[in-house]
Amino acid sequence: MIEARELTKRYGDKTVVDHLSFTVKPGEVTGFLGPNGAGKSTTMRMIIGLDSPTAGSVTINGRSYAKHGSPLHEIGTLLEAGSVHPGRTAFNHLMALAYTHGISRRRVDEVIELAGLGSVAGKRVGAFSLGMGQRLGIAAALLGDPAIVMLDEPVNGLDPEGVLWVRNLLSGLADEGRAVMLSSHLMGETALIADHLVIIGRGRLLADTTVDDFVREAGGGGVKVATAEAGKLRSLLAGPDVTISSSSAEELLVSGRNAREIGAIAAEHGVALYELTPQSVSLEEAFMELTHDAVEYHSASADTERKAA
Amino acid sequence: MTADTLSAAPAHTTVRKVTGRRVLRSEWAKFWSLRSSWITLGVALFLLMLFGAIASATYSPDALPSDGPPGPGAGGDSDAVSLALTGVTFASLAVGVLGVLLSAGEYSTGMIRSTLAAVPRRLPVLWSKSAVIGVIALVCTTIAALAAFQLGALGLDGEKIALSLGDDGVLRSLAGAGAYLGLVAVFGVALGVLIRSSAGAIAALVGILLILPGLASLLPDSWYDTMNPYFPSNAGAAVYALQESSDALSPGAGLAVFAGWVALTLAGAAYRLVRTDA
Repeated sequence: MIEARELTKRYGDKTVVDHLSFTVKPGEVTGFLGPNGAGKSTTMRMIIGLDSPTAGSVTINGRSYAKHGSPLHEIGTLLEAGSVHPGRTAFNHLMALAYTHGISRRRVDEVIELAGLGSVAGKRVGAFSLGMGQRLGIAAALLGDPAIVMLDEPVNGLDPEGVLWVRNLLSGLADEGRAVMLSSHLMGETALIADHLVIIGRGRLLADTTVDDFVREAGGGGVKVATAEAGKLRSLLAGPDVTISSSSAEELLVSGRNAREIGAIAAEHGVALYELTPQSVSLEEAFMELTHDAVEYHSASADTERKAA
Repeated sequence: MTADTLSAAPAHTTVRKVTGRRVLRSEWAKFWSLRSSWITLGVALFLLMLFGAIASATYSPDALPSDGPPGPGAGGDSDAVSLALTGVTFASLAVGVLGVLLSAGEYSTGMIRSTLAAVPRRLPVLWSKSAVIGVIALVCTTIAALAAFQLGALGLDGEKIALSLGDDGVLRSLAGAGAYLGLVAVFGVALGVLIRSSAGAIAALVGILLILPGLASLLPDSWYDTMNPYFPSNAGAAVYALQESSDALSPGAGLAVFAGWVALTLAGAAYRLVRTDA
Protein backbone atom coordinates (compact mmCIF):
# COMPACT_ATOMS: atom_id res chain seq x y z
CA MET A 1 0.00 0.00 0.00
CA ILE A 2 1.26 3.44 -0.94
CA GLU A 3 -0.17 6.35 1.01
CA ALA A 4 0.61 9.91 -0.01
CA ARG A 5 -0.53 12.63 2.34
CA GLU A 6 -0.44 16.30 1.34
CA LEU A 7 2.65 15.54 -0.70
CA THR A 8 4.21 18.74 -2.00
CA LYS A 9 7.32 19.52 -4.03
CA ARG A 10 8.47 22.99 -4.92
CA TYR A 11 11.47 24.04 -6.96
CA GLY A 12 12.00 27.67 -6.10
CA ASP A 13 8.60 29.26 -6.57
CA LYS A 14 7.42 26.60 -8.98
CA THR A 15 5.12 24.07 -7.35
CA VAL A 16 5.40 20.78 -9.18
CA VAL A 17 3.38 18.63 -6.78
CA ASP A 18 0.75 20.42 -4.76
CA HIS A 19 -0.76 18.88 -1.61
CA LEU A 20 -1.35 15.55 -3.27
CA SER A 21 -3.06 12.81 -1.28
CA PHE A 22 -3.95 9.39 -2.61
CA THR A 23 -3.76 5.71 -1.75
CA VAL A 24 -2.67 2.77 -3.87
CA LYS A 25 -4.35 -0.34 -2.54
CA PRO A 26 -3.34 -3.98 -2.78
CA GLY A 27 -5.14 -6.11 -5.33
CA GLU A 28 -5.86 -3.31 -7.75
CA VAL A 29 -4.17 -1.56 -10.59
CA THR A 30 -4.10 2.16 -9.98
CA GLY A 31 -3.61 4.35 -13.01
CA PHE A 32 -1.73 7.55 -12.26
CA LEU A 33 -2.67 9.95 -14.99
CA GLY A 34 -1.87 13.45 -16.00
CA PRO A 35 -0.63 15.40 -18.97
CA ASN A 36 3.09 15.83 -19.48
CA GLY A 37 4.53 17.99 -16.75
CA ALA A 38 1.70 17.25 -14.34
CA GLY A 39 4.12 16.01 -11.69
CA LYS A 40 3.72 12.24 -12.14
CA SER A 41 7.40 11.40 -12.33
CA THR A 42 8.28 13.76 -9.49
CA THR A 43 5.63 12.10 -7.33
CA MET A 44 7.01 8.66 -8.12
CA ARG A 45 10.52 9.84 -7.39
CA MET A 46 9.34 11.07 -4.00
CA ILE A 47 7.66 7.73 -3.31
CA ILE A 48 11.01 5.93 -3.56
CA GLY A 49 12.98 8.70 -1.91
CA LEU A 50 14.97 9.92 -4.91
CA ASP A 51 13.51 13.37 -4.29
CA SER A 52 12.55 14.56 -0.86
CA PRO A 53 9.18 16.28 -0.48
CA THR A 54 9.07 19.97 0.42
CA ALA A 55 6.07 19.17 2.62
CA GLY A 56 3.81 16.23 3.34
CA SER A 57 4.81 12.60 3.35
CA VAL A 58 4.47 9.35 1.52
CA THR A 59 4.75 5.90 3.01
CA ILE A 60 5.22 2.41 1.60
CA ASN A 61 3.50 -0.21 3.75
CA GLY A 62 3.47 2.29 6.59
CA ARG A 63 7.08 3.53 6.48
CA SER A 64 9.01 5.89 4.34
CA TYR A 65 11.00 4.16 1.62
CA ALA A 66 14.44 4.80 3.10
CA LYS A 67 13.40 3.28 6.43
CA HIS A 68 12.92 -0.14 4.88
CA GLY A 69 15.78 -2.56 5.42
CA SER A 70 15.23 -4.26 2.10
CA PRO A 71 13.33 -1.80 -0.08
CA LEU A 72 13.39 -3.84 -3.29
CA HIS A 73 11.27 -6.47 -1.54
CA GLU A 74 8.68 -3.86 -0.53
CA ILE A 75 8.22 -2.04 -3.81
CA GLY A 76 9.63 -2.68 -7.25
CA THR A 77 9.92 0.31 -9.50
CA LEU A 78 10.21 0.80 -13.22
CA LEU A 79 12.00 4.11 -13.25
CA GLU A 80 11.91 6.59 -16.07
CA ALA A 81 13.67 5.26 -19.16
CA GLY A 82 17.45 5.40 -19.07
CA SER A 83 18.05 4.60 -15.42
CA VAL A 84 20.60 2.04 -16.50
CA HIS A 85 24.26 2.24 -17.45
CA PRO A 86 24.33 1.56 -21.20
CA GLY A 87 27.75 -0.08 -20.99
CA ARG A 88 26.59 -2.92 -18.77
CA THR A 89 24.82 -6.05 -19.96
CA ALA A 90 21.23 -6.62 -18.88
CA PHE A 91 22.32 -9.56 -16.76
CA ASN A 92 25.08 -7.62 -15.04
CA HIS A 93 22.76 -4.70 -14.40
CA LEU A 94 20.21 -6.93 -12.68
CA MET A 95 22.97 -8.81 -10.86
CA ALA A 96 24.41 -5.54 -9.49
CA LEU A 97 20.98 -4.66 -8.07
CA ALA A 98 20.49 -8.19 -6.79
CA TYR A 99 23.79 -8.16 -4.85
CA THR A 100 22.62 -5.24 -2.70
CA HIS A 101 19.81 -7.39 -1.33
CA GLY A 102 21.57 -10.75 -1.47
CA ILE A 103 19.08 -11.87 -4.13
CA SER A 104 20.12 -15.11 -5.81
CA ARG A 105 21.38 -15.46 -9.33
CA ARG A 106 18.50 -17.85 -9.91
CA ARG A 107 16.00 -15.08 -9.28
CA VAL A 108 17.87 -12.85 -11.74
CA ASP A 109 17.62 -15.56 -14.40
CA GLU A 110 13.95 -15.93 -13.53
CA VAL A 111 13.04 -12.27 -14.07
CA ILE A 112 15.08 -12.24 -17.27
CA GLU A 113 12.93 -15.08 -18.58
CA LEU A 114 9.79 -13.47 -17.23
CA ALA A 115 10.55 -10.25 -19.10
CA GLY A 116 11.37 -12.11 -22.28
CA LEU A 117 14.98 -10.96 -22.29
CA GLY A 118 16.56 -14.42 -22.37
CA SER A 119 18.16 -13.97 -25.77
CA VAL A 120 19.61 -10.50 -25.08
CA ALA A 121 20.61 -10.78 -21.42
CA GLY A 122 24.30 -10.86 -22.37
CA LYS A 123 24.05 -7.78 -24.59
CA ARG A 124 24.99 -4.33 -23.48
CA VAL A 125 21.97 -2.21 -22.62
CA GLY A 126 23.14 0.63 -24.87
CA ALA A 127 22.23 -1.51 -27.88
CA PHE A 128 18.70 -2.12 -26.61
CA SER A 129 15.59 -0.79 -28.30
CA LEU A 130 13.21 1.31 -26.23
CA GLY A 131 10.94 -1.70 -25.80
CA MET A 132 13.73 -3.96 -24.58
CA GLY A 133 14.82 -1.24 -22.18
CA GLN A 134 11.28 -1.16 -20.77
CA ARG A 135 11.33 -4.91 -20.36
CA LEU A 136 14.63 -4.67 -18.51
CA GLY A 137 13.16 -2.02 -16.24
CA ILE A 138 10.18 -4.25 -15.53
CA ALA A 139 12.51 -7.17 -14.82
CA ALA A 140 14.34 -4.95 -12.33
CA ALA A 141 11.03 -3.97 -10.72
CA LEU A 142 10.09 -7.62 -10.20
CA LEU A 143 13.54 -8.65 -8.92
CA GLY A 144 12.62 -8.50 -5.24
CA ASP A 145 9.21 -10.12 -5.76
CA PRO A 146 7.66 -7.04 -4.14
CA ALA A 147 4.14 -6.60 -2.82
CA ILE A 148 3.92 -3.25 -4.61
CA VAL A 149 4.91 -2.60 -8.18
CA MET A 150 5.18 0.96 -9.46
CA LEU A 151 5.82 1.65 -13.11
CA ASP A 152 6.49 4.97 -14.79
CA GLU A 153 5.07 4.88 -18.32
CA PRO A 154 5.43 1.11 -18.71
CA VAL A 155 4.02 0.82 -22.21
CA ASN A 156 6.14 3.62 -23.58
CA GLY A 157 7.97 2.38 -26.65
CA LEU A 158 6.49 -1.12 -26.55
CA ASP A 159 5.10 -2.77 -29.65
CA PRO A 160 1.49 -4.03 -29.56
CA GLU A 161 2.62 -7.45 -28.37
CA GLY A 162 4.62 -5.80 -25.60
CA VAL A 163 1.67 -3.64 -24.60
CA LEU A 164 -0.48 -6.73 -24.32
CA TRP A 165 2.23 -8.43 -22.29
CA VAL A 166 2.39 -5.53 -19.83
CA ARG A 167 -1.38 -5.48 -19.56
CA ASN A 168 -1.54 -9.18 -18.73
CA LEU A 169 1.44 -8.97 -16.43
CA LEU A 170 -0.01 -6.11 -14.39
CA SER A 171 -3.47 -7.57 -14.06
CA GLY A 172 -1.81 -10.86 -13.08
CA LEU A 173 0.19 -9.08 -10.39
CA ALA A 174 -2.94 -7.38 -9.06
CA ASP A 175 -4.80 -10.71 -9.06
CA GLU A 176 -2.05 -12.09 -6.83
CA GLY A 177 -3.00 -9.36 -4.37
CA ARG A 178 -0.21 -6.92 -5.11
CA ALA A 179 -0.69 -3.19 -5.34
CA VAL A 180 0.12 -1.96 -8.82
CA MET A 181 0.56 1.66 -9.75
CA LEU A 182 1.33 2.82 -13.25
CA SER A 183 1.68 6.27 -14.64
CA SER A 184 0.63 7.32 -18.09
CA HIS A 185 -0.52 10.30 -20.07
CA LEU A 186 -2.78 8.10 -22.17
CA MET A 187 -6.26 7.65 -20.75
CA GLY A 188 -7.43 5.09 -23.28
CA GLU A 189 -4.55 2.71 -22.63
CA THR A 190 -4.75 3.13 -18.88
CA ALA A 191 -8.50 2.48 -18.76
CA LEU A 192 -7.83 -0.95 -20.26
CA ILE A 193 -5.39 -1.92 -17.49
CA ALA A 194 -6.43 0.01 -14.40
CA ASP A 195 -9.20 -0.44 -11.85
CA HIS A 196 -8.65 2.82 -10.08
CA LEU A 197 -7.64 6.24 -11.39
CA VAL A 198 -5.71 9.03 -9.76
CA ILE A 199 -5.68 11.97 -12.13
CA ILE A 200 -3.49 14.99 -11.55
CA GLY A 201 -2.89 18.24 -13.38
CA ARG A 202 -0.24 20.78 -12.47
CA GLY A 203 0.60 18.70 -9.44
CA ARG A 204 -2.88 18.77 -7.97
CA LEU A 205 -5.38 16.00 -7.55
CA LEU A 206 -8.17 16.33 -10.12
CA ALA A 207 -9.93 13.03 -9.69
CA ASP A 208 -9.62 9.98 -7.48
CA THR A 209 -12.13 7.59 -8.94
CA THR A 210 -12.68 4.16 -10.43
CA VAL A 211 -12.40 3.51 -14.12
CA ASP A 212 -16.05 2.44 -14.18
CA ASP A 213 -17.24 5.69 -12.65
CA PHE A 214 -15.05 7.73 -14.91
CA VAL A 215 -16.40 5.92 -17.99
CA ARG A 216 -19.98 6.37 -16.82
CA GLU A 217 -19.54 10.05 -16.22
CA ALA A 218 -17.81 10.52 -19.54
CA GLY A 219 -20.64 8.69 -21.35
CA GLY A 220 -23.35 11.40 -21.55
CA GLY A 221 -22.74 12.97 -24.91
CA GLY A 222 -26.28 13.07 -26.34
CA VAL A 223 -27.77 11.39 -29.40
CA LYS A 224 -27.45 12.51 -32.96
CA VAL A 225 -30.64 12.14 -35.02
CA ALA A 226 -31.07 12.73 -38.74
CA THR A 227 -34.55 13.02 -40.29
CA ALA A 228 -36.37 14.90 -43.08
CA GLU A 229 -38.93 16.11 -40.55
CA ALA A 230 -36.59 17.74 -38.11
CA GLY A 231 -39.05 20.42 -37.05
CA LYS A 232 -41.80 17.92 -36.24
CA LEU A 233 -39.48 15.61 -34.34
CA ARG A 234 -38.10 18.49 -32.33
CA SER A 235 -41.52 19.33 -30.95
CA LEU A 236 -42.31 15.65 -30.31
CA LEU A 237 -39.16 15.15 -28.28
CA ALA A 238 -39.40 18.32 -26.27
CA GLY A 239 -39.63 17.86 -22.53
CA PRO A 240 -38.51 19.40 -19.22
CA ASP A 241 -34.98 17.91 -19.14
CA VAL A 242 -34.44 17.70 -22.84
CA THR A 243 -32.21 20.03 -24.79
CA ILE A 244 -32.09 19.89 -28.55
CA SER A 245 -29.74 21.64 -30.86
CA SER A 246 -29.28 21.32 -34.58
CA SER A 247 -26.34 21.75 -36.79
CA SER A 248 -28.18 21.49 -40.12
CA ALA A 249 -31.76 21.35 -41.41
CA GLU A 250 -31.95 17.57 -41.12
CA GLU A 251 -29.89 16.94 -37.99
CA LEU A 252 -30.65 17.22 -34.31
CA LEU A 253 -28.45 16.67 -31.29
CA VAL A 254 -30.61 15.54 -28.41
CA SER A 255 -29.59 15.21 -24.83
CA GLY A 256 -31.91 14.11 -22.05
CA ARG A 257 -33.39 11.22 -24.01
CA ASN A 258 -31.59 8.08 -25.03
CA ALA A 259 -31.55 6.56 -28.49
CA ARG A 260 -34.16 3.97 -27.58
CA GLU A 261 -36.71 6.58 -26.44
CA ILE A 262 -36.11 8.74 -29.48
CA GLY A 263 -36.55 5.78 -31.83
CA ALA A 264 -39.78 4.75 -30.12
CA ILE A 265 -41.27 8.27 -30.27
CA ALA A 266 -40.32 8.67 -33.92
CA ALA A 267 -41.89 5.30 -34.85
CA GLU A 268 -45.06 6.09 -32.94
CA HIS A 269 -45.52 9.28 -34.95
CA GLY A 270 -44.39 7.89 -38.26
CA VAL A 271 -41.26 9.99 -38.54
CA ALA A 272 -38.61 8.30 -40.65
CA LEU A 273 -35.08 8.43 -39.18
CA TYR A 274 -31.97 8.20 -41.31
CA GLU A 275 -29.55 8.11 -38.42
CA LEU A 276 -29.73 7.55 -34.69
CA THR A 277 -26.30 7.61 -33.05
CA PRO A 278 -25.41 7.90 -29.34
CA GLN A 279 -22.54 10.38 -29.07
CA SER A 280 -20.20 8.95 -26.51
CA VAL A 281 -17.44 11.26 -25.50
CA SER A 282 -14.19 9.33 -25.74
CA LEU A 283 -12.27 8.71 -22.54
CA GLU A 284 -9.38 10.63 -24.00
CA GLU A 285 -11.61 13.68 -24.59
CA ALA A 286 -13.11 13.47 -21.13
CA PHE A 287 -9.61 13.24 -19.69
CA MET A 288 -8.41 16.21 -21.72
CA GLU A 289 -11.41 18.25 -20.70
CA LEU A 290 -10.77 17.44 -17.06
CA THR A 291 -7.11 18.34 -17.14
CA HIS A 292 -7.64 21.33 -19.41
CA ASP A 293 -10.16 22.84 -17.01
CA ALA A 294 -7.80 22.30 -14.15
CA VAL A 295 -5.03 24.11 -15.91
CA GLU A 296 -7.24 27.13 -16.56
CA TYR A 297 -8.66 27.02 -13.07
CA HIS A 298 -5.16 26.79 -11.67
CA SER A 299 -3.74 29.81 -13.43
CA ALA A 300 -6.74 31.93 -12.50
CA SER A 301 -7.20 31.22 -8.84
CA ALA A 302 -4.69 28.78 -7.49
CA ASP A 303 -3.30 31.13 -4.92
CA THR A 304 -6.56 32.08 -3.30
CA GLU A 305 -7.76 28.49 -3.39
CA ARG A 306 -4.58 27.33 -1.67
CA LYS A 307 -4.89 29.84 1.09
CA ALA A 308 -8.44 28.73 1.72
CA ALA A 309 -7.45 25.08 1.99
CA MET B 1 7.14 -13.96 -21.60
CA THR B 2 3.52 -14.97 -21.50
CA ALA B 3 1.30 -14.37 -18.55
CA ASP B 4 1.58 -18.06 -17.64
CA THR B 5 5.19 -17.83 -16.55
CA LEU B 6 4.14 -15.11 -14.19
CA SER B 7 2.79 -17.50 -11.60
CA ALA B 8 6.37 -18.62 -11.15
CA ALA B 9 7.19 -15.15 -9.88
CA PRO B 10 6.42 -15.26 -6.16
CA ALA B 11 8.53 -18.13 -5.04
CA HIS B 12 12.14 -18.38 -4.05
CA THR B 13 13.15 -14.92 -2.99
CA THR B 14 14.34 -14.89 0.56
CA VAL B 15 14.13 -11.42 2.00
CA ARG B 16 17.55 -10.19 3.11
CA LYS B 17 18.51 -6.76 4.29
CA VAL B 18 20.74 -4.31 2.48
CA THR B 19 24.07 -4.35 4.31
CA GLY B 20 27.37 -2.60 3.80
CA ARG B 21 28.95 -5.85 2.69
CA ARG B 22 26.24 -6.44 0.09
CA VAL B 23 26.56 -2.91 -1.28
CA LEU B 24 30.31 -3.44 -1.46
CA ARG B 25 29.72 -6.67 -3.39
CA SER B 26 27.41 -4.82 -5.75
CA GLU B 27 29.87 -2.00 -6.38
CA TRP B 28 32.65 -4.52 -6.94
CA ALA B 29 30.52 -6.24 -9.57
CA LYS B 30 29.57 -2.91 -11.12
CA PHE B 31 33.21 -1.90 -11.46
CA TRP B 32 34.29 -5.04 -13.28
CA SER B 33 31.19 -5.25 -15.48
CA LEU B 34 32.03 -2.09 -17.41
CA ARG B 35 34.43 -2.19 -20.31
CA SER B 36 35.48 1.40 -19.57
CA SER B 37 36.82 0.32 -16.16
CA TRP B 38 39.13 -2.25 -17.72
CA ILE B 39 40.30 0.15 -20.40
CA THR B 40 40.96 3.07 -18.07
CA LEU B 41 42.70 0.91 -15.49
CA GLY B 42 44.76 -0.68 -18.24
CA VAL B 43 45.73 2.73 -19.59
CA ALA B 44 46.81 3.88 -16.12
CA LEU B 45 49.00 0.83 -15.58
CA PHE B 46 50.39 1.00 -19.10
CA LEU B 47 51.32 4.69 -18.76
CA LEU B 48 52.93 4.08 -15.40
CA MET B 49 55.15 1.31 -16.73
CA LEU B 50 55.80 2.82 -20.17
CA PHE B 51 56.98 6.22 -18.98
CA GLY B 52 59.08 4.68 -16.23
CA ALA B 53 60.75 2.35 -18.68
CA ILE B 54 61.37 5.06 -21.29
CA ALA B 55 62.69 7.57 -18.77
CA SER B 56 65.08 5.00 -17.36
CA ALA B 57 66.17 3.69 -20.73
CA THR B 58 66.90 7.14 -22.12
CA TYR B 59 68.64 8.35 -18.96
CA SER B 60 72.05 9.85 -19.49
CA PRO B 61 73.98 11.34 -16.60
CA ASP B 62 75.32 14.17 -18.78
CA ALA B 63 72.02 15.32 -20.20
CA LEU B 64 70.93 18.88 -19.56
CA PRO B 65 67.68 19.24 -17.67
CA SER B 66 65.84 20.40 -20.82
CA ASP B 67 66.79 17.22 -22.66
CA GLY B 68 65.51 14.98 -19.97
CA PRO B 69 62.15 13.27 -19.90
CA PRO B 70 59.26 15.24 -18.43
CA GLY B 71 58.22 14.92 -14.85
CA PRO B 72 60.09 14.63 -11.62
CA GLY B 73 62.79 12.49 -13.22
CA ALA B 74 64.18 15.37 -15.25
CA GLY B 75 67.42 17.05 -14.41
CA GLY B 76 70.66 16.10 -12.87
CA ASP B 77 69.32 15.04 -9.47
CA SER B 78 67.54 11.98 -10.87
CA ASP B 79 67.46 8.76 -8.98
CA ALA B 80 66.33 5.38 -10.20
CA VAL B 81 63.02 5.60 -8.33
CA SER B 82 62.02 9.01 -9.63
CA LEU B 83 62.82 7.89 -13.16
CA ALA B 84 60.76 4.74 -12.72
CA LEU B 85 57.88 6.81 -11.39
CA THR B 86 57.94 9.38 -14.21
CA GLY B 87 54.54 8.09 -15.29
CA VAL B 88 52.80 8.76 -11.98
CA THR B 89 51.44 12.12 -13.15
CA PHE B 90 49.87 10.55 -16.21
CA ALA B 91 48.68 7.52 -14.32
CA SER B 92 47.13 9.78 -11.68
CA LEU B 93 44.94 11.38 -14.33
CA ALA B 94 43.88 7.97 -15.61
CA VAL B 95 43.00 6.55 -12.18
CA GLY B 96 41.32 9.83 -11.25
CA VAL B 97 39.19 9.54 -14.37
CA LEU B 98 38.49 5.94 -13.39
CA GLY B 99 37.09 7.17 -10.08
CA VAL B 100 35.06 9.87 -11.79
CA LEU B 101 33.59 7.37 -14.25
CA LEU B 102 32.55 5.10 -11.42
CA SER B 103 30.57 7.84 -9.68
CA ALA B 104 29.71 10.69 -12.06
CA GLY B 105 29.19 8.07 -14.76
CA GLU B 106 26.13 6.93 -12.82
CA TYR B 107 24.72 10.43 -12.86
CA SER B 108 25.32 11.01 -16.56
CA THR B 109 23.74 7.68 -17.52
CA GLY B 110 20.87 7.77 -15.01
CA MET B 111 22.09 4.55 -13.33
CA ILE B 112 22.22 6.46 -10.06
CA ARG B 113 18.41 6.25 -9.82
CA SER B 114 18.55 2.46 -9.90
CA THR B 115 21.45 2.47 -7.45
CA LEU B 116 19.78 4.74 -4.92
CA ALA B 117 16.45 2.98 -5.26
CA ALA B 118 18.25 -0.19 -4.17
CA VAL B 119 20.24 1.58 -1.43
CA PRO B 120 18.08 4.48 -0.26
CA ARG B 121 20.37 5.23 2.66
CA ARG B 122 22.81 6.35 -0.02
CA LEU B 123 26.02 6.74 1.98
CA PRO B 124 26.98 3.05 1.77
CA VAL B 125 27.15 3.57 -1.99
CA LEU B 126 29.77 6.31 -1.64
CA TRP B 127 31.84 4.37 0.88
CA SER B 128 31.66 1.20 -1.19
CA LYS B 129 32.62 2.92 -4.43
CA SER B 130 35.55 4.56 -2.64
CA ALA B 131 36.69 1.31 -1.07
CA VAL B 132 36.40 -0.70 -4.26
CA ILE B 133 38.25 1.77 -6.44
CA GLY B 134 40.77 2.69 -3.75
CA VAL B 135 41.81 -0.90 -3.17
CA ILE B 136 41.86 -1.84 -6.84
CA ALA B 137 43.93 1.23 -7.77
CA LEU B 138 46.25 0.77 -4.79
CA VAL B 139 47.00 -2.88 -5.52
CA CYS B 140 47.26 -2.58 -9.30
CA THR B 141 49.36 0.57 -9.39
CA THR B 142 51.72 -0.68 -6.67
CA ILE B 143 52.37 -3.74 -8.79
CA ALA B 144 52.78 -1.55 -11.88
CA ALA B 145 55.18 0.72 -10.01
CA LEU B 146 57.26 -2.31 -9.03
CA ALA B 147 57.21 -3.43 -12.64
CA ALA B 148 58.21 0.04 -13.83
CA PHE B 149 61.12 0.02 -11.41
CA GLN B 150 62.29 -3.41 -12.55
CA LEU B 151 61.95 -2.43 -16.22
CA GLY B 152 63.85 0.75 -15.42
CA ALA B 153 66.60 -1.23 -13.70
CA LEU B 154 67.30 -2.94 -17.02
CA GLY B 155 67.73 0.46 -18.68
CA LEU B 156 69.91 1.80 -15.88
CA ASP B 157 72.13 -1.24 -15.69
CA GLY B 158 75.67 -0.03 -15.03
CA GLU B 159 74.69 3.60 -14.43
CA LYS B 160 75.84 5.01 -11.14
CA ILE B 161 72.31 5.94 -10.03
CA ALA B 162 71.09 2.36 -10.40
CA LEU B 163 69.32 0.96 -7.35
CA SER B 164 67.82 -2.35 -6.42
CA LEU B 165 64.53 -3.09 -4.66
CA GLY B 166 66.38 -3.87 -1.48
CA ASP B 167 67.96 -0.44 -1.24
CA ASP B 168 66.89 2.03 1.37
CA GLY B 169 63.50 3.62 0.76
CA VAL B 170 62.91 2.06 -2.66
CA LEU B 171 60.02 -0.16 -1.65
CA ARG B 172 58.56 2.60 0.49
CA SER B 173 58.58 4.98 -2.49
CA LEU B 174 57.04 2.49 -4.86
CA ALA B 175 54.34 1.58 -2.36
CA GLY B 176 53.90 5.32 -1.78
CA ALA B 177 53.13 5.77 -5.46
CA GLY B 178 50.49 3.07 -5.17
CA ALA B 179 49.03 4.70 -2.06
CA TYR B 180 48.95 8.09 -3.77
CA LEU B 181 47.25 6.69 -6.89
CA GLY B 182 44.75 4.75 -4.78
CA LEU B 183 43.82 7.98 -3.02
CA VAL B 184 43.60 9.83 -6.35
CA ALA B 185 41.05 7.27 -7.51
CA VAL B 186 38.98 7.89 -4.35
CA PHE B 187 39.40 11.62 -4.97
CA GLY B 188 37.90 11.04 -8.43
CA VAL B 189 34.90 9.21 -6.93
CA ALA B 190 34.34 12.06 -4.47
CA LEU B 191 34.62 14.74 -7.15
CA GLY B 192 32.20 12.80 -9.33
CA VAL B 193 29.56 12.59 -6.59
CA LEU B 194 30.12 16.22 -5.68
CA ILE B 195 29.91 17.57 -9.24
CA ARG B 196 27.65 14.88 -10.78
CA SER B 197 29.03 15.37 -14.25
CA SER B 198 31.84 13.37 -15.79
CA ALA B 199 33.18 16.28 -17.81
CA GLY B 200 32.97 18.70 -14.91
CA ALA B 201 34.59 16.31 -12.45
CA ILE B 202 37.42 15.44 -14.84
CA ALA B 203 38.04 19.15 -15.42
CA ALA B 204 38.14 19.70 -11.67
CA LEU B 205 40.50 16.77 -11.25
CA VAL B 206 42.94 18.07 -13.86
CA GLY B 207 42.63 21.58 -12.50
CA ILE B 208 43.36 20.58 -8.93
CA LEU B 209 46.12 18.07 -9.60
CA LEU B 210 47.95 19.75 -12.48
CA ILE B 211 46.98 23.38 -12.91
CA LEU B 212 46.55 24.57 -9.32
CA PRO B 213 50.25 24.32 -8.37
CA GLY B 214 51.19 26.24 -11.53
CA LEU B 215 48.60 28.94 -10.99
CA ALA B 216 49.75 29.33 -7.41
CA SER B 217 53.13 30.54 -8.61
CA LEU B 218 51.34 33.81 -9.37
CA LEU B 219 50.98 34.32 -5.63
CA PRO B 220 53.53 36.42 -3.73
CA ASP B 221 56.68 34.38 -3.15
CA SER B 222 56.37 34.10 0.61
CA TRP B 223 52.81 32.75 0.36
CA TYR B 224 53.74 30.42 -2.45
CA ASP B 225 56.66 28.93 -0.54
CA THR B 226 54.46 28.28 2.47
CA MET B 227 51.49 26.85 0.59
CA ASN B 228 53.20 24.97 -2.21
CA PRO B 229 53.98 21.73 -0.35
CA TYR B 230 50.35 21.45 0.75
CA PHE B 231 48.75 21.44 -2.69
CA PRO B 232 47.23 18.01 -3.32
CA SER B 233 49.58 16.87 -6.06
CA ASN B 234 52.68 18.26 -4.29
CA ALA B 235 51.76 16.60 -1.02
CA GLY B 236 51.15 13.44 -3.02
CA ALA B 237 54.52 13.69 -4.78
CA ALA B 238 56.20 13.77 -1.38
CA VAL B 239 54.68 10.34 -0.65
CA TYR B 240 56.56 8.62 -3.44
CA ALA B 241 59.77 10.71 -3.55
CA LEU B 242 62.88 8.74 -2.66
CA GLN B 243 64.80 11.76 -1.46
CA GLU B 244 63.07 14.32 0.70
CA SER B 245 63.69 17.74 -0.71
CA SER B 246 63.92 20.72 1.59
CA ASP B 247 60.81 22.45 0.18
CA ALA B 248 58.57 19.39 0.36
CA LEU B 249 56.80 17.48 3.11
CA SER B 250 58.06 14.19 4.50
CA PRO B 251 56.40 11.10 2.99
CA GLY B 252 54.26 10.55 6.05
CA ALA B 253 53.16 14.17 6.25
CA GLY B 254 52.53 14.24 2.50
CA LEU B 255 50.31 11.18 2.77
CA ALA B 256 48.41 12.71 5.67
CA VAL B 257 47.91 16.01 3.84
CA PHE B 258 46.76 14.39 0.61
CA ALA B 259 44.49 12.01 2.51
CA GLY B 260 43.11 15.10 4.25
CA TRP B 261 42.22 16.67 0.90
CA VAL B 262 40.53 13.47 -0.19
CA ALA B 263 38.63 13.19 3.10
CA LEU B 264 37.47 16.78 2.78
CA THR B 265 36.19 16.16 -0.74
CA LEU B 266 34.53 12.94 0.38
CA ALA B 267 32.78 14.81 3.18
CA GLY B 268 31.47 17.34 0.66
CA ALA B 269 30.36 14.50 -1.61
CA ALA B 270 28.61 12.73 1.28
CA TYR B 271 26.78 15.91 2.20
CA ARG B 272 25.60 16.51 -1.35
CA LEU B 273 24.65 12.86 -1.84
CA VAL B 274 22.44 12.77 1.24
CA ARG B 275 21.03 16.26 1.12
CA THR B 276 20.13 16.84 -2.50
CA ASP B 277 17.65 15.07 -4.75
CA ALA B 278 19.14 12.43 -6.98
